[in-house]
Amino acid sequence: MKTEQTTQTVTQTYKKRSQVSAVWHRLKKNKLAMLGLFILCILIGLAIFADFIADYDTVVVGLDMSQRLLTPRLEHIFGTDQFGRDVFARIIHGGRLSLSLSIISMSVAVAIGACIGAVAGYYGGRVDDVLMRLMDILLAIPPMLMSISIVAALGQSMINLLIALAIAYIPVFARVIRSTILSIKGQEFVEAARACGTSNARIILRHIIPNAIGPIIVEATLTMGAAILVISSLSFMGLGIEPPAPEWGTMLYEGREVIRSSPYLVIFPGIAIALSVMSLNLLGDGLRDALDPRLKN
Amino acid sequence: MSEPLLEIKDLVVEYHTDEADVHALNGISLSLDKGETLGLVGETGAGKTTTALSIMRLLPKKIGEIKNGQILFEGENLLDKTEAQMRLIRGESISMIFQDPMTSLNPVMRVGDQILEALRLHRPDMSKAEQQKKVDEMLEMVGIPAARKREYPHQFSGGMKQRVVIAIALALEPKLLIADEPTTALDVTIQAQVLQMMSDLKTKLDTSMLLITHDLGVVSQTCDKVAVMYAGEVVEYGRAEDIFLGKQHHPYTEGLFGSLPELNATAKRLSPINGLMPDPMALPEGCKFHPRCPHCTERCKKEIPAVHQDGEHMIRCHLMDKEVR
Repeated sequence: MKTEQTTQTVTQTYKKRSQVSAVWHRLKKNKLAMLGLFILCILIGLAIFADFIADYDTVVVGLDMSQRLLTPRLEHIFGTDQFGRDVFARIIHGGRLSLSLSIISMSVAVAIGACIGAVAGYYGGRVDDVLMRLMDILLAIPPMLMSISIVAALGQSMINLLIALAIAYIPVFARVIRSTILSIKGQEFVEAARACGTSNARIILRHIIPNAIGPIIVEATLTMGAAILVISSLSFMGLGIEPPAPEWGTMLYEGREVIRSSPYLVIFPGIAIALSVMSLNLLGDGLRDALDPRLKN
Repeated sequence: MSEPLLEIKDLVVEYHTDEADVHALNGISLSLDKGETLGLVGETGAGKTTTALSIMRLLPKKIGEIKNGQILFEGENLLDKTEAQMRLIRGESISMIFQDPMTSLNPVMRVGDQILEALRLHRPDMSKAEQQKKVDEMLEMVGIPAARKREYPHQFSGGMKQRVVIAIALALEPKLLIADEPTTALDVTIQAQVLQMMSDLKTKLDTSMLLITHDLGVVSQTCDKVAVMYAGEVVEYGRAEDIFLGKQHHPYTEGLFGSLPELNATAKRLSPINGLMPDPMALPEGCKFHPRCPHCTERCKKEIPAVHQDGEHMIRCHLMDKEVR
């Protein structure tokens, strides 16, 4: 039925689905990936409209000792913490921080990592050796340790946290992109482009990177989940976002003191972290399948 | 006539690998006039593609080295050009069609954009609308509806992809078109169509063509001149009539024709040339073909044969000396 329909539209208009809609079509079939996307959309939506749901100054960071440590109820669906702040509002605003920080740091890491990987993979030889050995040095230190040491060295601030995350993940992207580019570079269309008089920079930007976009997106999605974890862990250790800002890791840390009497103070931020990381991983896995050209049709 | 469009003089190319130096081209000389088609025939590994890549200066960096010789294009030596100058020549004056249309198009770019790219690079003065018009024209010229320019390569069949490749190569109306086995990956009917179209377009745009193939049928259909290559040398060179109908031939050319299956013959087996191409890392002394030659003499094993010239027909073999005498 469906195929008939498509063939008909093809003959009529010569127009077929674009790449993006083809990928979307394949992604739609993957239930888990759609679940991930759904959760992620809700989290992002809540983060974007956080100010409409709860006012930052009064509810999120403003203290109200009369309301402290209330169990979940209608007016505070996730309860309140030991300073009388609404946990739900704090989680929403915390999502704003976690998501934006991870998106920004990933974008920076992808941009720099893609350049390094592309240059190393395309030119090969000594350039490749030097760049990739530098990346190997960075890669030898786990991202978590790397971030801790960078934040410790530069001092605790949001900008430094961003820098730390970006540096920790640059080598990951550089490697992924380099290996993709190595496989693309040998293909004939690159040589054909060269035979057309295309310059090296243009070949990398117009011909090679668009072909490597699939693995980049997948890796970026998966790494974003990992980055959220690192941000929370750093905050938990007191190296990330400073209180009273409502970071999920910070909330876990604060809730730890009253975990016996009010476990929900730890449970809800924990669920938020788990949900966001899980949704990103599900989506990343789904995208990996959807973008794989071998699984076409 | 004035000087030829392309003239290759005594070109020597070596590939340096870890084990040894590969002698890919050992002093070949060719010339091609305006509007002519030169067929380059030979077995796999004879150096046909290396010749093409040398003209484009696209030999793999560090590995491939042009040791000696000249490649004159419109009287200028391409080997003296800088990389930036070569970029202007590639596509603009000399363009190349690759063997496999399946992989020579970028899978994530619309075909129209791929044609457009050549125009953007070499015709920056053209307006956007003019460029788009030219893209439409080129597609129509190779027999593809212009409306399909918004499609991706995977939505085309092999023959149509090759036509798109041809459209890209001809978009800038180059003076020389190098076609590296343009029809090998296509089936016979499509092959005929593509060849017909290429020779039509060639006449229309007055382009010269260097056609690399190992299909003698294709050569007889399209070429004005033929060069038979063996182990990095041109062993026989002449007008198509000389090669196909001439009386004298290099034993290798005879072998090539002998290995063709014939429709009306009832032979159970084909009669191929015995043996394999010599290892280009260790070429035999004397005539390169002597280990496989049915007419091999002691002299062939020691002396490099001189060129036997008969008008435009050139043969590199000791046998010819005797007959001329």
